[in-house]
Amino acid sequence: MNGMTLIVKTITDFVVGFIIVFGTYIVLYGHLTPGGGFAGGVIIACAFILLMLAHGKDVAFSKMPEKTAHILDSAGALMFLLIGWFGVTVGFFFMNTFGRGEAFRLLSSGMILPLNIAIAFKVGSSLFLVFSALAVFRRRSFRAMIEDELA
Amino acid sequence: MNPLPLYVAIPLGAAFLIPLLGVWWKKSGETLAPLFTLILAIMAIVQVTRPAAVYHMGGWAPPVGIALVSDGLSTLLLIAINVVGFLCILFSLKYMQMYTGLTKYYSLFMLMVAGMNGVVVSGDLFNLYVFLEVASIASYALVAFGVGAEELEAGFKYLILGSVASVMLLFGIGTVYAVTGSLNMADVAQEIAMRFGGEMNPALLLAGAFFLMGFGLKAALVPFHAWLPDAHPSAPAPISAMLSGVVIKSLGIYAICRIFFNVYGISTGSAGSVIFANAMIAFAILSIIVGGLLAIGQWDYKRLLAYSSIGQIGYVMLGIGVGARVLATGGQLSIAGLAILGGLFHLFNHVAFKSLLFLSSGAIQHATGTRDMKQLGGLRERMPITSFTTNMAALSIAGVPPFSGFWSKLLILIATIKAGHIGIAIVAIIFAFVTLIYYIKVQREIIYGTVSNLVEKAREVPALMYVPLILLAIACVGMGLLYPVVGPRVLEPARDALMNSAEYIQLVLG
Repeated sequence: MNGMTLIVKTITDFVVGFIIVFGTYIVLYGHLTPGGGFAGGVIIACAFILLMLAHGKDVAFSKMPEKTAHILDSAGALMFLLIGWFGVTVGFFFMNTFGRGEAFRLLSSGMILPLNIAIAFKVGSSLFLVFSALAVFRRRSFRAMIEDELA
Repeated sequence: MNPLPLYVAIPLGAAFLIPLLGVWWKKSGETLAPLFTLILAIMAIVQVTRPAAVYHMGGWAPPVGIALVSDGLSTLLLIAINVVGFLCILFSLKYMQMYTGLTKYYSLFMLMVAGMNGVVVSGDLFNLYVFLEVASIASYALVAFGVGAEELEAGFKYLILGSVASVMLLFGIGTVYAVTGSLNMADVAQEIAMRFGGEMNPALLLAGAFFLMGFGLKAALVPFHAWLPDAHPSAPAPISAMLSGVVIKSLGIYAICRIFFNVYGISTGSAGSVIFANAMIAFAILSIIVGGLLAIGQWDYKRLLAYSSIGQIGYVMLGIGVGARVLATGGQLSIAGLAILGGLFHLFNHVAFKSLLFLSSGAIQHATGTRDMKQLGGLRERMPITSFTTNMAALSIAGVPPFSGFWSKLLILIATIKAGHIGIAIVAIIFAFVTLIYYIKVQREIIYGTVSNLVEKAREVPALMYVPLILLAIACVGMGLLYPVVGPRVLEPARDALMNSAEYIQLVLG
């Protein structure tokens, strides 16, 4: 059987959207409230991990293909580095060059918001990939073990 | 502009650019990695001409912000890391074709280089720890890259022992932070010097012990060496060359030097400094003896080289430990300088000949399919270039006169005798001959002797693999004969950086 029982699947379908919205909120308001890119990224990744647990890996990979996760993983890190690089234009690496805005508004604190978004991409997709690698690897290694046993 | 952040930013960017482009372009690693490492190698060599400098990340000045610092010692290690990194990447292009998942390999390789560069340019204790973890985690994965049973076991062992070391380091850094209230190395050094006047309090002594254990494990000094004889032979040859050539030095020896000379400061008459210097000498002697004795009995070529690394790191540590002890007991500055110079010179030489030997082991394995010395022999006739360069490195590491290894061991021995440690010097001399014994074994079993069945079919490796060997062999000879060129530009500034901790504080805090 693929995935868990119908009850779990139905509840999962209900909550996944909310989890993603909440994760996005944690990322976007990271510079104003507790949280940030790492925490929000983990929460968003949890939504996809929940999908994988409840529906099996095929459904999870159809929502977030492995290739897309790989691209987001590397792109997030590169984005972080690139934002740091903007600082060089005014003097130093990671200098906060962007407009600071008005305090306690969403668009404030310059560089911190885009950096949080970059971290969220990196952490979220990495965590999802780690989980899927563990889930897939176990099956493969077990088969390999049996093949070794027979050979 | 000041290029210091680029030493971290370029390899870090490459480490993520390679897998990103690798999704569509399979050759991204083979194309981009040599390009970026070549840029880094050139930058590192040019760094010699630059004066010592500090870079304020984000424009925040040191005690608050994170500083990157390049002085003589950092420059020495930067050259070693980036030049050897470039040569190992060149070697990898052909050698690694027998493996799959190459974009991951090049990505991890660049991550390891980024971590090591970060460790040597960081001026902040916690940043040093983070970069050390980046380099270590990349190297755990690279050791297990073959994903066979043996590789995975070695990688796992390295991971567990390395994590134990990391926990100790984190605890040590936490203790230092609790005592001094700062993480910036220069600021901590100033605080220790002002508050305790050279006499350390028990918390700092405890933190020092944790640093010595943690970094000692990364450097594979003897009581903490258990991971190395498994990890080095299991890794792919270019990674063995990186691990033995630069990882154990930048994560281990460099960090020990930086912490104990520049942060703790070796002050005359301080009981704490004497304890740490004695511990360094004890670990060094143990490493020399255990590494030497265990290397003789090995028949796996790479395992022999791995044990030899432990012994040679012992010589490096001996020079540095004797220097620290002379400084701590109020001996002559010239003797301390000679000992430290000898240690750093041996470190620099060891980078060249040990990476050459590990790369040659890879070339031999590539051509014959084995690294069991009993099945090899007579390689001189089938693989003349590999044999010749291996010979050079073996003579150099064994300390035969015109080669570089002789001069550095000579400096360490003279300094040890002048400092009055006759017994230690005798042990070091005896084990210099032991080194000669097992490298004569290497020559007899692999290079000379009768041609074995496996060697019969072997042919010289392609040019991309032997060019790095030739370049490193030139370095082995060149560093011995051209000391007047290399010494004053690279080694002596590194020694001065270690001897004058006040200058380091001045440089960073301004």
